[in-house]
Amino acid sequence: MSEAWIVVAVVGAGTVACKGLGPVVLGGRSLPGSLAGLVETLAPALLAALVVTQAVGGDRELVFDARLLGLAAAVVAIRLRAPLLAVVVVAAAVAAAVRALA
Amino acid sequence: MTGSPTPRSAGARQAAPIAVAVFAFGASFGLLAGAAGIGTLASLVMSATTFAGSAQFAAVSVLGGAGSVAAACTAAILLNARYLPIGISVAPAIEGGPLRRLVLAQLVVDESWAMSRRPGGGHDAGLLLGAGALLYACWVAGTAVGAFGGEALGEPETLGLDAAFPALFLALLVPQVRTRRALYAALLGGAVAFALILFASPGIPIVAASAACLVGWRKA
Repeated sequence: MSEAWIVVAVVGAGTVACKGLGPVVLGGRSLPGSLAGLVETLAPALLAALVVTQAVGGDRELVFDARLLGLAAAVVAIRLRAPLLAVVVVAAAVAAAVRALA
Repeated sequence: MTGSPTPRSAGARQAAPIAVAVFAFGASFGLLAGAAGIGTLASLVMSATTFAGSAQFAAVSVLGGAGSVAAACTAAILLNARYLPIGISVAPAIEGGPLRRLVLAQLVVDESWAMSRRPGGGHDAGLLLGAGALLYACWVAGTAVGAFGGEALGEPETLGLDAAFPALFLALLVPQVRTRRALYAALLGGAVAFALILFASPGIPIVAASAACLVGWRKA
């Protein structure tokens, strides 16, 4: 087996396990009692982390580039109560325009 | 799951704009994998079984940079470790036998997870699986297009598509922040991720940020 296929197999198996463990073990139930409160605050914590890492994250470095201006445009669109589609398109368009002009 | 179920087609419709970006990144993954010496079939199998962009890009870039197999696997699996807490949070929305649950859980990615989240808590199964299925199809199809010569498509960055993802997550975060606890969790999670970007390999900041959910602890 080539190196590439070993990576494909190991990463695939690891990801299937990570994604599947919760749904397979819990099986349509939610966590009991006080743990349920943790799941409720997990979403905002993870979403905020995704915003930050997708906006300025690099490989052990902070990268401030056109993504950040796209995100700023998205903030304006969200404040104007634009629909999801418009928010995403505005962010991409602004980032693309900044890169085209730079 | 009780409550009015959303049809999966509605989930797919809602995911359509981000599916375009996912397709383009799938194509660039296919292209990069080819450049890193990974065969077309291997990159397609990887997209079909791993279905997580950042982890796949990481694995391929480590291999392409002459890194070891162990380093490539570790980087990718660390990136995907966030799917443990994410899987726990969507578990109530995924019903059926164990095998069915295992298979459907594979459709969960950051975007389908985030879109299916109900403002009041919990996940909408129709949105989760509908959005997940469309994004899965676009990711695998994009990989195929890229692997079979996607140079013509251009770089996703030129089109600003990399800026679509933080914008999407922010747009989905805002309606979630309706309680003080949620606000604290978001601020703490964002701060933890930001602080760790410099010091931890990619993926770790997101996993560590999930610890911010501890502000949601309630005495039973």
